[in-house]
Parts: sequence; structure tokens; C-alpha cells
Amino acid sequence: MADASAKQVLFEPIFSNNPIALQILGICSALAVTTSMNVTLVMCAAVIAVTAFSNLAVSLVRTQIPGSIRIIVQMTIIASLVIVVDQVLKAYAYEISKQLSVFVGLIITNCIVMGRAEGFAMKNGPWLSFLDGVGNGLGYSVLLIFVAFFRELLGAGSLFGVSLMPVVNEGGWYIPNGLLLLPPSAFFIIGLAIWGLRTWKPEQVEEPDYKMSRHVAKEAF
Amino acid sequence: MAKAKETVSRTLVVALVLSIVFSVVVSTAAVLLRPAQIQNQNLDIKTNILSSAGMLEPGSSAEQIEEAFARFDVRLVDLDTGEFVEPSAVGVQDPMKYDMYKAASDPQMSTNIPSSEDKAGIKRRPNVAKVYTMSENGQINRVVLPIHGYGLWSTLYGFISLEGDLNTIEGLGFYAHAETPGLGGEVDNPRWKRQWVGKEVYNEDRSEPQVRLVKGGVSADAQDKEHKVDALSGATLTSRGVEQLVNYWMGDRGYAPFLQKLREGEV
Repeated sequence: MADASAKQVLFEPIFSNNPIALQILGICSALAVTTSMNVTLVMCAAVIAVTAFSNLAVSLVRTQIPGSIRIIVQMTIIASLVIVVDQVLKAYAYEISKQLSVFVGLIITNCIVMGRAEGFAMKNGPWLSFLDGVGNGLGYSVLLIFVAFFRELLGAGSLFGVSLMPVVNEGGWYIPNGLLLLPPSAFFIIGLAIWGLRTWKPEQVEEPDYKMSRHVAKEAF
Repeated sequence: MAKAKETVSRTLVVALVLSIVFSVVVSTAAVLLRPAQIQNQNLDIKTNILSSAGMLEPGSSAEQIEEAFARFDVRLVDLDTGEFVEPSAVGVQDPMKYDMYKAASDPQMSTNIPSSEDKAGIKRRPNVAKVYTMSENGQINRVVLPIHGYGLWSTLYGFISLEGDLNTIEGLGFYAHAETPGLGGEVDNPRWKRQWVGKEVYNEDRSEPQVRLVKGGVSADAQDKEHKVDALSGATLTSRGVEQLVNYWMGDRGYAPFLQKLREGEV
């Protein structure tokens, strides 16, 4: 990783090393904020900003951070950035910040942010770390947008709040699938996405933990 | 270098510097953005009021909302006597600043509702409510009243808007709730909300609120159809909650004394 090029760092996390699909991190917010595209896009922008700038900040001070308090230092940096992002959303995107409610604050606990700060930014220069943050944020966003696309289209018959399939309640023909508006449905979509991704890139399939041995015992009659 | 940064004093210095730097960053953001946030919150309340009164044009700018809202008089009402009270009675200068939901949790400013009468499931009721009236030539022609109550999962907060006869509903809307999306969450459906327009709250002698949410739709020849609204399908408990909370707030424990006084022209 030490000699990673900028391009690799930026684009690898999108499909080859996707934080949600391969590392299975950040699932919690992927369930919570994907009922509509508008909300999802704002959440993605917030996460990209936080991962990018926290990586940058951690990387800038990485030589100064004593090992014994490094996790606390990273948390402080991340938490401060999240508060700033939350304040900005409340001031400039009030409607959407109301819908995101606590989930902006919960970016602090998003494992992707902390994982990249500890795993990448502590060992690499500021510019690469910044790109790595953007890249991982994008990887997160790609999967979230994928999930939100199906949840909003099939759950509410619309995209970006614009009605594409008029639903029965409003006099149309489409009977919306209520399950898709509830958080558990995101599990199914994420699962299908991971399946699809691993079929396309078989090298992501993990080695099985164990192999079932052949059945040798004789049946008792 | 690698050794030096692990000492205790070094650790303390790094922690201290970091805390100072980031507290400055966070407080600067909070202070600079505060005015914009307060403006958003106020605009949000005004938007909700206008939308439940059916006065909100889609895509209105902030100025248009402020202008439309300026036609309302914001008044405070003592719910027991039904009379207007001065803002100073609840300790504020501007009636807009009074928060009746905060008051509901203050024992000094609210009363317990006996459980036999607590149809809306709200346990405590503020003594003073904030109402929005609009008048023309000294005659009140629109009243918007805040209402809230329990549905299935959550407390629904909304407004009901009445015409000048203080009986005909002009609109109803909830701005905050957490009912099931697609089922109870359909209280936000504009098509469902439109049914409320023109319904009547009270019976002939104006004594008892009569709003009913009925299953299977309201046919044109239904009895008492002026009081009936089609319930939300798949959301029996949310519908029941809405019915109860509207009747509670329109009843004697809610705004009925105030509306009675208004009708008699006493306030």
C-alpha cells in the first residue's frame, strides 16, 4: 500500500475494495438513510466530506500523535468534523437535515471513517490520505445510491421525489412494496449487490473457512 | 523522534493543543451558522401552518411564506377559560416565542389529564395554547390550531385550520410523526388530507365534536357524511389516533371553550 498511486487509492474502493460490499462496514447507516434518493445523496456528500477531511487532518498530524492516545485523537478530529457538517446542513439544507436527523451525528460511529483514519491516514501522506478518504466515501456512496434507487423506485414509485410509477393511493396503478420502505429491505438489496459484485469479480469471494469432508459413515439399517 | 513523542508530557501537550484547536473550529461553526439555523426553524413552523391552512403555494420562496404568514395574528389562549392572555403571562415578549409543547412538561404551566379523558394519549396539557387567527374587517375568518396526540408508534404533531364559522375544516396536516411509512405514514398523503376540506367538526348545537374516521370510504348518501373521513387503509391504530386527537382538541378539554367565546364574539 505504501507505494500506491493516487489513481489506485481513489478508485480501488469503488468496486475492487468497496467498504460496504467487501469489508462489510457502515451497514447501519446504509439501512437508515436509503428510503429516498435526495436524502441519500446528502448523506453521501456528508460522509465523503468527513472521511476526506478526517483522513487529511489525521495524516497531517500523524508524526506528532503519541501511540497511546491515537484512537482518541482520531475520534476528536472525526467528531469535530461531523459536528461542523451537521451545523452546515442545519443552516443550508434544513429539510433534508430533518430527515437525516440523528444519522448525521452517527457518522462519527461509521466504521469506514475510523477504519480509514487508523488503517491508511496514519501511514500515508496528506494528499494520498485525502484521496483515500474521497475514494472510500465514493465507494460507500455507490452502494448507498444503488440501494436507494431500488428502495425509492419500488417502495414509493418515485425517484428524487418525482413520481415515475403513480401509486394506487394517489390514483395510479402501482401498488408500492411497503417492505422496501422499512430498513430491513436494505439487507436484501445489499446482499444481492454483494452477490452481483462477487460474480463480476470472483477474486473477492473469500476462501471458505472449512471444507465439508465426504460422508463416509455407513447408514445404520 | 519516535521515542520522544511517547513521553507523558508530550502526550498531554498533544491532547491539549488538539482540544483547543478543535473546540475553536466547532464553536466557530456553531456561532457563525446560528442565525441561518434559527431562521430555518422559524420558516419551517410557518410553512407547516400555511400548509395545513391550505395557503401554501408549492415552491414558495422564503419571502412569500413570510408575507403570507404575516396575515395571521399570533395569539395566546387560556384553554380553561377560552380567553386570550397577554404574552407576559407566560413569560415571553413575543407570542411567537412561546413553546406550548415545552410548557406541557412544566408542572407550573400545564395540567394533568385524567386518564379517562385522555383520548389523545398525551398525559399533560399546557394551560396556554398558541393559536393563529386571521381576520378581515374585524371579523375572524380563519383559525389555525395546533393539535397533537398519539397514533401507533409516535406522537403526531400538526395543525387544524377552521373557517370563519369555526366549524368547517379548511385543512389538516401533521408535520412531525413516526408512523409506519406507506401505511400510517400516509397521513401525509395530500390526497387523503384533501378529504378533510369542507368536513364539519361539531353537531347541530355545536356542543360535541363528531369527527369520525370510517373504514371503506364515505359514500355520497352516508349518514352524517359531513363528519366522516375515510380512514387510512392498513393503519387502523393511526386512524383511531387521528380521530381521537382531533375530537380531544376540539372538545371541552381542548379548544371548545375558546371557539365558543369566539362564536359569541366575546373575545
